[in-house]
Amino acid sequence: MTPGSEATAAAAAIAGEARPSARVDEGRSLRIAFAVMVAFFLLAPLAIYPIFLMKVMCFGLFACAFNLLLGYGGLLSFGHAMFLGIAGYVAAYLAKEGVALEALHIGAVTLPVGISLPPFTPELAILSGSLAAGVLGVLVGLIAIRRQGIYFAMITLALAQMVYFFCIQAPFTGGEDGIQAVPRGKLFGLIDLSNITAMYATVFVIFVSGFLLIYRIIHSPFGQVLKAIRENEPRAISLGYDADRYKLLAFVLSATLAGLAGATSAIVFQLAALNAVHWTMSGEVVLMTLVGGLGTVFGPVVGAFAVLGMENYLAQLGAWVTIVQGAIFVICVLTFRRGIVGELSRWLRKPL
Amino acid sequence: MSEIFGIPTQALFGQLLIGLINGSFYALLSLGLAVIFGLLNIINFAHGAQYMMGAFCAWFLLKKLGLSYWWALVLGPIIVGATGVVIERFMLSKLYKLDHLYGFLLTFGLALVIQGLFRHEFGSTGLPYAIPKSLEGGQNLGFMFLPNYRAWVIAASLTVCLGTWFMIEKTKLGSYLRAATENRELVQAFGINVPRMITLTYGFGVALGAFAGVMAAPIYSVSPLMGGDLIIVVFAVVVIGGMGSIMGSIVTGFVLGILEGLTKVFYPEASNIVIFVVMAIVLMIKPAGLFGTQR
Amino acid sequence: MKVLSKLCVAVALACGAAAAHAQYSDNVIKIGVLNDQSGTYADLAGPGSTVAARMAVEDFGAAKKGMKVEIVVADHQNKPEVGSSIARQWFDVDKVDVIVDVPTSSVMLAVNQIAKEKNKVLLDSTGGSSDLTGKACTPNSIHWTYDTWALANGTGSAVVKTGGNTWFFLTADYAFGHALEKDTEAVVLKNGGKVVGKVRHPFPSSDFSSFLLQAQSSKAKIIGLANAGADTISAIKQGAEFGIVKGGQQFAGLLVFITDVHALGLDKAQGLLLTESFYWDLNPQTRSFSQRFAKLHKGAMPTMAQAGVYSSVLHYLKAVEALKSDADGAKVVAKMKELPTDDPIFGKGSIRQDGRKLHPMYLFEVKKPAESKGAWDYYKLRSTIPANEAFRPEKDGGCPLVKS
Repeated sequence: MTPGSEATAAAAAIAGEARPSARVDEGRSLRIAFAVMVAFFLLAPLAIYPIFLMKVMCFGLFACAFNLLLGYGGLLSFGHAMFLGIAGYVAAYLAKEGVALEALHIGAVTLPVGISLPPFTPELAILSGSLAAGVLGVLVGLIAIRRQGIYFAMITLALAQMVYFFCIQAPFTGGEDGIQAVPRGKLFGLIDLSNITAMYATVFVIFVSGFLLIYRIIHSPFGQVLKAIRENEPRAISLGYDADRYKLLAFVLSATLAGLAGATSAIVFQLAALNAVHWTMSGEVVLMTLVGGLGTVFGPVVGAFAVLGMENYLAQLGAWVTIVQGAIFVICVLTFRRGIVGELSRWLRKPL
Repeated sequence: MSEIFGIPTQALFGQLLIGLINGSFYALLSLGLAVIFGLLNIINFAHGAQYMMGAFCAWFLLKKLGLSYWWALVLGPIIVGATGVVIERFMLSKLYKLDHLYGFLLTFGLALVIQGLFRHEFGSTGLPYAIPKSLEGGQNLGFMFLPNYRAWVIAASLTVCLGTWFMIEKTKLGSYLRAATENRELVQAFGINVPRMITLTYGFGVALGAFAGVMAAPIYSVSPLMGGDLIIVVFAVVVIGGMGSIMGSIVTGFVLGILEGLTKVFYPEASNIVIFVVMAIVLMIKPAGLFGTQR
Repeated sequence: MKVLSKLCVAVALACGAAAAHAQYSDNVIKIGVLNDQSGTYADLAGPGSTVAARMAVEDFGAAKKGMKVEIVVADHQNKPEVGSSIARQWFDVDKVDVIVDVPTSSVMLAVNQIAKEKNKVLLDSTGGSSDLTGKACTPNSIHWTYDTWALANGTGSAVVKTGGNTWFFLTADYAFGHALEKDTEAVVLKNGGKVVGKVRHPFPSSDFSSFLLQAQSSKAKIIGLANAGADTISAIKQGAEFGIVKGGQQFAGLLVFITDVHALGLDKAQGLLLTESFYWDLNPQTRSFSQRFAKLHKGAMPTMAQAGVYSSVLHYLKAVEALKSDADGAKVVAKMKELPTDDPIFGKGSIRQDGRKLHPMYLFEVKKPAESKGAWDYYKLRSTIPANEAFRPEKDGGCPLVKS
């Protein structure tokens, strides 16, 4: 491979561009892969510990949301943990405590609010959590999209660190203890989620809907414009697209979906804690996406499975978890830039 | 006693001076990042880990070889810089034709590996390292007690920062460097070995980080985690300053150190986020950073 | 380490198989040591706690009594979600009966919930939050070695009584630091002391010089460190640099372990006041235990956390032996509360209804380098806080198990 072609291949890898092929064929291979994935998650609980699978689905969705931004928008956010974490906190808090706001103090001004709501049902808690992540996404996005590339990564990282410090100090997060003993509650007030099968089914539905939504976004006109901006921003602007608005929208969508994953996992694991906001978590989601295949549809899910499985397996070895993670990072960047699914799709000559 | 906002002026001077000390570390580290970025176009995430390696180097030299702090100040940066040279030669050099993000990711992975290895070997409680005998004690300045070692930190880091600035902006070697940043092929055509220059530049940037680490060893705890969080603050410093000029990164480092110091007096709860807040504001007004050029 | 633990398991299995007659759930009593094997708390708990647990199984003589005891170990990395998934998997899949150690309050509270849900046992030695015997108490858990209330109370009251009556607090700005500060302040005031100032520092911080200057100018006799781990170490280290102790002020650490003092060195740590429930050099029993421990653990003396693991595992096995069953977690814990405790670590003691293990706490002062006779000779005893005063009164905790 000549240096030039490697560069193009790499650009394609980071971009996740599928080679032009017949549309029909593309649709078919993706449909088969999707069916395999759905079947896997339906049958796997028979053989694999279901709580682990739920974790894989939550983080798979998180990685897919991240991939939407990096793989299709070309924006490397190194602070995505803040959306996962904040949504988790909001969902956990609402599901456990509800809202009891007597009055709002803004400086010396006191606004009588008098809102008092009982603990939220899980679906409302999850929804509110995702919404909170979306709002945070707007704020962070407005600041971060002013720079591209490496600067974008550093800015998101710095802002995420700020959110981390906020979460340590804010009273409602419970500091280092986190929010514990979050009730799973009853879905729509009817289905008791402390039943493991019901919980699994709920997570499965959320995961599949989130996944399909992301797929839809990528293949919509919006997604095409996003790819155009990634490839050549000045050109897209000269064609009349408001690049900043597209990027902001992509950022907010990705943040909201990351929030959906975070809120769901808070309900599943019945806790929200600091490590979900820490920068190591942001690094982990980058790793999942990289291992699975940047800019591939299924890569992030495969990556989440691989990375979490490894962590589970190595849990007894302490510091080695970090070392092995770091080493995988290095290997992936140096020799395996397409990731598992990227290589597979190249070998099959089908987009996945 | 005169007061400013309810704080005695004297105490304020003390806090300003302390801020300057912290600024010394920010300046040294962001300078190292700026030097590397200038030529390699890579943001070196491993910088925090390399800073930590510097501190451990000092500990190791003292404990195992009986070499004093002063030796460590010279040998530490050389040893850690040499590991940097190896990293550049065997890993980073393979990535120059790719998107810059890959360099960022690679150095992130390296940072994890280095931190993990040190944690595995030394635990994370931290190791003791004493202030060298000749710098023990301190001066009573009237408004505060200034430990001699802190005074030395300010002096040393100012010297190194200004020396680096002089070398890059005013010497022939520096002009090659700057030229190579602008146009590699042209400089190569003039018969200068650009790849070697890049390798040495990375080594030098890493050495600056290690130098800061050796300086930090006697006052902060020498632990594998010491660089991890610091590097993120330094990133914010870099974004605020912009990657435009060497002098810019030095000035921003010191100024933000002072700013952080003042926050510790007036509103200590916010002192760890003040730099990030400044970053957000600067980005809204001047996206390229204070000394940067938009590209 | 891993090889050793596997060996131990194998030995225990072999011995157990010879005389398997008791009715233990799937014939094995499985003890899970869940802690931080590599991070911030690895030195004060970590692999040392595994060593302690193994010593307890050996000293109990499980093999001779025909009980099969297995020990499994995992690293929760101080992440509650990692810790809780390990705990679930241990209870669900690996049939673990009891989880011990568990540092980091967030993980401790998470595992506490799961142990209750699955009716297993949690014996927490290293976690700090006194909520475990307060509003989060369950019939399935016992808080063994210390808690933040006891530390704040011990240091606060004993220091004021010995003359340190003006305080300045250096507080980590998050829930844990606030709680520590609040509890200590109350005790200081109650004993007639005065708080002349406080500063909240961000968590985590590496540079304390600015805060130390503020503490210095407050002229307080005692600087209370309401923080932990690396923050405490940095504050003390930089305090020495700024001449705090030389200037006549003294540090009082509210959560300091002997490994922290070891990391600081006596030169920096001298004069530090701190409360612990165990010190290796207290009496002949603690000395002989600690020397045996040190031989198995790279020459390091046990921390109170590790010693607590030993004590808790020993007492658990006694209760299981008395019950002849380990199946019902709540029943085992009830039995443990019923039996008096007795071991070389804490001497004789008892366990309260709310799950609080009771024993004396001690206020220590760190020795000057000249006073120390060698490695690990660090503390001199300033005063002893008897068991009935050392811990939060049962009625103040708000534990629902306590019927008033």
